[in-house]
Formats: sequence, structure tokens, C-alpha cells
Amino acid sequence: MQFAFGVVLVFLLMGLLIGIAAITFSSLLRPSKPTAQKLQVYECGELPTGTPWMQFNNRFYTVALVFLLFDVEVVFLFPWAVVFKSLGLFAFVEMFVFVGILALGLAYAWAKGDLDWVRSRRFLRPAAAVEKGQPA
Amino acid sequence: MTELMQTFWFWAPFSAVVIAIVVTVNALLSVYMERKVSAWMQDRLGPMENGPHGILQTVIDAVKLLLKEDIIARGIDRPLFKLAPYIVFGASFAIFAVTPFADGHPAADLNVGIFFALAISAFVVAGIMMAGWSSNNKWSLYGAMRSVAQAVSYEVPISLVVLAVVMVSGSMSMQEICVSQAGGFWNWHGLSLHHNPFLVLGFLIYFIASLAEVNRTPFDLPEAESELVGGYHTEYSGMRFALFFLSEYANMLAVGMLATVLFLGGWQPLHPALGFIPGPLWLFGKAYGFVLLQMWIRMTLPRLRVDQLMHVCWKVLVPAAMGVLVLGGLWELLIG
Repeated sequence: MQFAFGVVLVFLLMGLLIGIAAITFSSLLRPSKPTAQKLQVYECGELPTGTPWMQFNNRFYTVALVFLLFDVEVVFLFPWAVVFKSLGLFAFVEMFVFVGILALGLAYAWAKGDLDWVRSRRFLRPAAAVEKGQPA
Repeated sequence: MTELMQTFWFWAPFSAVVIAIVVTVNALLSVYMERKVSAWMQDRLGPMENGPHGILQTVIDAVKLLLKEDIIARGIDRPLFKLAPYIVFGASFAIFAVTPFADGHPAADLNVGIFFALAISAFVVAGIMMAGWSSNNKWSLYGAMRSVAQAVSYEVPISLVVLAVVMVSGSMSMQEICVSQAGGFWNWHGLSLHHNPFLVLGFLIYFIASLAEVNRTPFDLPEAESELVGGYHTEYSGMRFALFFLSEYANMLAVGMLATVLFLGGWQPLHPALGFIPGPLWLFGKAYGFVLLQMWIRMTLPRLRVDQLMHVCWKVLVPAAMGVLVLGGLWELLIG
């Protein structure tokens, strides 16, 4: 097994080496004549306004959270899947409960509207309720 | 295999160089193939000028990219900006280390092969995020955010159906998954209605999700030119851009190969009687068939909207993939 993982390491280094070699080789051949206009970031030919490092839609955050949940689930399930055939019914029931809990989580996010990219109005708290300090 | 071939210091660099050649030639061929296939489907000629039927066009493109000025604009986060292409390319290159090409020796027969392939392809996502964030460009950032959200979302159904295949084959080694589908096309996981019909549905899920994973139409939102200019690589030029491009085509082949290994028997022949045709030919034949299908779909379907994209993933593919896992397991337990 060390042999196989060693080969994988060599592959990773090789991937890096190809990139470095390609860019170094190209830097020997290509011109380099930077001007002020050339060094501007592209924004449809206009002068860029504001910074791009700004707040973005927190919908992306929700997606990342749900993804994390499922990814961890999958990591736990892989060893189970390998030995599934030798464990039989007991392993199946265990997994069924495990996947079932996650399915509940998905159903919860679904019902709360977190899986909709464009959130429908019925999930928003009415402005009047916010002012009075009522729970949603 | 001779004694020398089996030593680590020969085998590791040798196989890495072979794969490096495969990846490069694959990019040149796939770009040519994509141009010719799309031209054919739109009743055009495609590239015809350089070489017979324009076969040297992509070689000339590669030379052009090599000679292009490398512009790094002001205000860019330089270390991240320079590191990103290496990570994206290195990760998509390393996937090929575990792909079995024939009966016998893949470059590295990891006992966690398919798991490694899934894990290393997540590095591509990190590289894309680095590229988009460091570019100091709004198009890049939007493109990267979309690309990452899409890639991580569609990784969930892919992992779940891969899990179902591992469950049926009883191994994570890609070589053993191939071996478990021996004996003709009716034993391949993606086609064997009599062994475990849920894996056929799993194959369909994998196919749809893999299109999204490599940003192909109808899931090519991160590269929607009309709204996002160039997506996460807007600010890249010359050889750095070429590395992204190279890894994109390497990824297309990689998902084709994974689909082949998981669902279409890998290097196994269509029928045992056709076993005289060597394994690599079968593997590449099937994988390029898969790539051709990707190109065909690109020419056929319009692009999805971003909310439809998320809808398809979380409300259709993920529940379906969970169903494949649970019902496939039940089938295996009761009938298999």
C-alpha cells in the first residue's frame, strides 16, 4: 500500500511540475510589456468601481452548510458500504436509521425554504411582527 | 512485467509521464473533437485551414497560448492568484493515478481508489474559489461563487450513488469494481437490470450530476459568457489560463472514466468473446463515448437558471440518490 500511495504522491508532484514547467517555458518566450491600461482589472471596458471583495448572498452559506452535513455523512458511510455484504440485515437497519435522520434534516431545510434559491415571501417574517418583537 | 518495471523508482515516474502525455493529447484531441462535433451538428465545417481538415488547429492554439503575454493586473492577491492554476491542474491530474486501464496494474491500485478520486476532485473546487477570490474582479468572484456552489451541491448525489456502487461491489478499489463487473455488458452496474436495477437509476443520476460537476451545458452557469464574461478565470491570460483549460478537458475525460469504471465495466469487453481487444482501448472507447455524449448534450439543451440548478440538485437528485442507496441496499440484502 505504501507503494500505491507513493505513486499518488509522485502524480501530485508531477501535476505541479507540469504547471511550473509550462509557465516557466512560456515566460522565456512571451513578451512582457505592461502598461497602466493593461494592468486594470476587467469590468466591461469601464474603470472598475468599488471593490469586488464585498458581501455576497448568504444563500451560498446555507448551501455550504447542507453540503458539509451530507459530505460528513458520506465519509461515515464509505466503510459501512465496503463491508455491507458480510454484515447483512443489522448493518442495513443501522444505515437506514442514519440515512433517515439525514433525510429528516433535508426535509427540514426543504420545509423551511432553504433549498429555494429565490425565497418565497411566506418564509419571511412580516415587518409588523419584527417591530413588535414577536417571534416568527 | 519485468523486475525493473515493478520497482517504485521506475514505475512511479514512468506512469506519471505516460499520464501526462495522455492528458495533453486528450486536451488537444477533445478541443478538436468538440469543434468538429459542434460544427457537424450545426451544419458547418469547423476548423479547416491548418493541416488536413484543420487537425493542427488546436496545436497552433496551444502555441499561441504559450506566446501570449501573462498579465497580472493591479490590486490582485498575487500569491493566491499564482497558486490557483497549479492546484486546479494538479488535482485533476492526480485523479488519473487511480484509474485502472487494463487487467493487472493501474498506476496506483489504492484500496480507497474511488474515495481518493472524489476527495481529490474537491481540491479543484478550492482552486476555483482561490482563483475567483484573488482576481479582484466582480465577474471572477460571481463566477467562482456559482461554480463552487454548483460543484459542492452536485458532489452530494455523486457521492451517494458511488456509495451504492461500492456497496454492491464490496470494494473501494477501482480495479476491483471493474473486476466485479466481468462477463459481458449485461453484468455492468449501469446496465444490469437483473443484478441490481437501482444502480441503473444511479447511473442516470451520476450522468446528470457529472455534467454539473465539470460545468458542462446545461449546467454551464459558471461560464455563462453573456452574463459573467469569463467566469472565475476572467483575469487569467496566457499559460495560466491554459492550465485551467487543460484541467477542464482533463476533468471531462476523468468523469467519463469514472462513469466507465463505476457503471460500464471499465476495461471489461462488451462480450467475453471480444476479450482479444486490449483493455485500454475499451476504457478509452467508452470514456470518449461519454465525452461525445457531453458534447451532444451541449449542442442540444439550453442553459438552466440558477434556481432551477439548485432545484434539480437538492429536490430531485439528492432524494433520488438516497433512494438508490437505501433501496439498492435492500435489494442486495433480499435478492442479490
